[in-house]
Amino acid sequence: MTQKVAITAQNVVKAFGQGAAAVRALDDVSVDIATGEFFTLLGPSGCGKTTLLRLIAGFEMPTAGKILIDGADVTDKPPNRRPVNTVFQSYALFPHLTVAENIGFGLKMQGRPKAEVAATTTEMLALVKLDAMADRKTSQLSGGQQQRVALARALAPRPKVLLLDEPLSALDLKLRKEMQVELKRLQTETGITFIFVTHDQEEALTMSDRIAVMSAGRIQQIGAPRDIYTRPVNRFVASFIGETNFLPVTATPQGARLSTGDVIAAEGEGSVLIVRPEQLRLGPPGLGAGLAAKVTNVVYFGTDIHVNLSLADDTLLTARVPSPVDGGADFATGQAVAVTFQPGAARLIRE
Amino acid sequence: MSPAEQSQRKRSTRNGWLLSAPALTLLFLAASGPLLIVLVYSFLTPGQYGNVIWDFSFDGWIGILYTRDIFDGTMNLADAHLTIFWRSVKLSLMTTALTFALGFPTAWFIATRPPAQRAMWLFLITIPFWTNLLIRTFAINEVIRNEGLMNTVLTGIGLISEPIRLINTDTAVFIGMAYVYLPLMVLPLFAAIDRFDMKLLEAGYDLYASRLQVLRHVIMPIVKPGIVAGSILVFVPSLGAYVTPRVLGGGKNMMIGNFIELQFGQGRNWPLGAALSMALLLIVMAALLVYVRASTKGSNPHG
Amino acid sequence: MADRSFEVSRLPGFATVAIAVFVLLYLPILTLVIFSFNSGPSIAVWQGWSLHWYTDAWNNEAVKGATIRSLIIATCASAIATSVATMAALGTTRRAAFGGQTFIYVVINQPLMVPEIVTAVALLILFGVVKQATGYQGLGYLILAHAAFCTPFAYLPIRARLEGMDLSLETAACDLYANPWQTFRHVTLPLLAPGIAAGAMLAFVISLDDVVITEFVKSGGQDTLPTYMLGQMRRAITPEVNAISTALLGLTVVLLTLFFILTRKKN
Repeated sequence: MTQKVAITAQNVVKAFGQGAAAVRALDDVSVDIATGEFFTLLGPSGCGKTTLLRLIAGFEMPTAGKILIDGADVTDKPPNRRPVNTVFQSYALFPHLTVAENIGFGLKMQGRPKAEVAATTTEMLALVKLDAMADRKTSQLSGGQQQRVALARALAPRPKVLLLDEPLSALDLKLRKEMQVELKRLQTETGITFIFVTHDQEEALTMSDRIAVMSAGRIQQIGAPRDIYTRPVNRFVASFIGETNFLPVTATPQGARLSTGDVIAAEGEGSVLIVRPEQLRLGPPGLGAGLAAKVTNVVYFGTDIHVNLSLADDTLLTARVPSPVDGGADFATGQAVAVTFQPGAARLIRE
Repeated sequence: MSPAEQSQRKRSTRNGWLLSAPALTLLFLAASGPLLIVLVYSFLTPGQYGNVIWDFSFDGWIGILYTRDIFDGTMNLADAHLTIFWRSVKLSLMTTALTFALGFPTAWFIATRPPAQRAMWLFLITIPFWTNLLIRTFAINEVIRNEGLMNTVLTGIGLISEPIRLINTDTAVFIGMAYVYLPLMVLPLFAAIDRFDMKLLEAGYDLYASRLQVLRHVIMPIVKPGIVAGSILVFVPSLGAYVTPRVLGGGKNMMIGNFIELQFGQGRNWPLGAALSMALLLIVMAALLVYVRASTKGSNPHG
Repeated sequence: MADRSFEVSRLPGFATVAIAVFVLLYLPILTLVIFSFNSGPSIAVWQGWSLHWYTDAWNNEAVKGATIRSLIIATCASAIATSVATMAALGTTRRAAFGGQTFIYVVINQPLMVPEIVTAVALLILFGVVKQATGYQGLGYLILAHAAFCTPFAYLPIRARLEGMDLSLETAACDLYANPWQTFRHVTLPLLAPGIAAGAMLAFVISLDDVVITEFVKSGGQDTLPTYMLGQMRRAITPEVNAISTALLGLTVVLLTLFFILTRKKN
């Protein structure tokens, strides 16, 4: 499927500071973001995701490389000449303007006729369900309401791309979940390309069409949530998303050989075998198939239990199995079990 | 409140008053109290050689706007007085405007320096603020007088052939007051800009505002309390200026302050001087009320 | 390729105006200072370096008298103003708000709100009456007048320091058996000292600089440095005025720097 490309970053480098002390916030980053996508930049703090967002918005300019919007080179264009709008982490609502005036601000700056500004403002208020708040001052609103005003304000000028800089981080859990659904609905309804920045991998997995996992100024992997989760390309992605077991192995013609001597069939290349805890099966020992292991610890998590295991040569593993209440077996410390892998679960990755 | 708390509160209040008493006494004696005397004197009759005769009269107040014709005793509008008032108001407003035009960029500049530099710039703007008013007036006098720096340089580089006769004109007083009161405009502006959230600028630019639009629609409205404060801090002293118009304006271009002094000197009309002082005080109080109103207005939401 | 940010806080032309303002602000002052070293008699025509105006001023009886008078008045006025202001600050902070507080605050800060010319006129009248009645012609009137208008300048820094002080220290002293006077003497006062020093210095500078009120209140021959200079400006001005101005300027800068250091050290 060839989609139109909304944003392109071409070999972008952003360095702060001079000479030897220069820090590369972005180190040769390239990415194409398709029109109408919900695209997420995911990574820990300091990975460069916010820097990349600011480069697309125009608040920073790259040290090297280009930014293209709809094919046009905007690298040197200031933010007020790019057809993108930002939802700021701190919302940055204008305290001296009412909700309606905030929302209409972008259109007013563009010189749109008053009638159009009013009509669009009403439309936006309805979109984010804040119709009754039009004439309130923003300081009188709750955090969640302020967030929606920030959204409406950024959507009103109908930008090609909407940039969201960790917009949900200030909200409590319940509100966050609600807003995640809201955002997704808005994106599908308006069809605008969303570029979403977050450090919360669960958020990224639930909302995105595609995710770019970033670390130390580089993109580690780009893909759909399912791909990122099941086929991480390196240790960072594997450990950042969900939980993973890492086992050092050597490659043999029959498969990956563990330090215990067992051989597992695995796709991919590399010297590290990864398998997710929920992909391990535990059964009674001695049936021939599976790795011999001993339970070292059991942690109850409500819906499932985490069983910490050690293999014959003291290699550690964690398995996640349904809790006994749901019909699963119960395990005790010191118990001997056999560990089998779900078919296709094990993968090889490079370090 | 329990009885114990009540008596403690009473004691605390009593101590508060006791401790403040010396300050209050001093200021009543040598600042506030004398103002009442001025009010009284404004309703008396001028004595022959200055001072007053204790006869009640409205002449002091009437004299602000009218003079009595010495030949036929009729009251005529005192043009000379009106000129002085008009000059004072005009120059004060112009000074406020100029100090704002120059002071706002300066305050913005200082507030947007990196934190390490900011203290230095603040110190630099503060020194003229604390320098003796007379010294500063004298300094600007040195520059704009006929044989002063400005004329010497301009004649030297051949731009003019004759010195620009600025001294002893309204313009000289205007320049002098703007020079002297500029720091008073910068400091409150700086305080307001320092509190300004710079992220709002990013939001403005993100929403397609040009630099000038951001200035007009985002910065100015939010910084308004600082603008009002600075304007009052310049307008009020300008109105009551005495030293600057005296040194730079010569004897002829009087402002209210000089006019008041005249009544206690050659003019020998103390009641008029007293009435003028009271009038000036009333205008200043009114201006201060405007300031208080404007600075508390910001907290009321309006529909 | 561009290696820069979009400078959000940059406004067109502002930096230029600001720098120009700083230059224009200091140019006259620098001119004044430089010409104090002029060997010739003009304040505008440069004729070479010399310190003779300083020595001349130093030897001028009128200048000497004015300087001594200025210093005496400033010291006494500052002392009175600071003591009075300290007590007032203690009386108006860190206690439950009582009805008269705003009133006290307004009265103490009144010199900041009333134009100097009005106060000068008021004191002229008042002291004129007193002079006639008592015949006393000394420096007392000036000291009293200066102490009054310097009080708010001493009050504000002391009050600020007091409000920023940690109450728990005095509570600790109380817990350790100190009575109110001991607490004040051994805990409050030492902690308050920088604020008091700052206030005293500010009051001193303000008194030293005063022109208008002094001009109206003084009796003949009671010139302070500023009124002496004002008088000189009526006649032919010589660089002697520059020299005195520069000396005063130097003193102000020194005191200001001290003030900044004192109020900067926030623990």
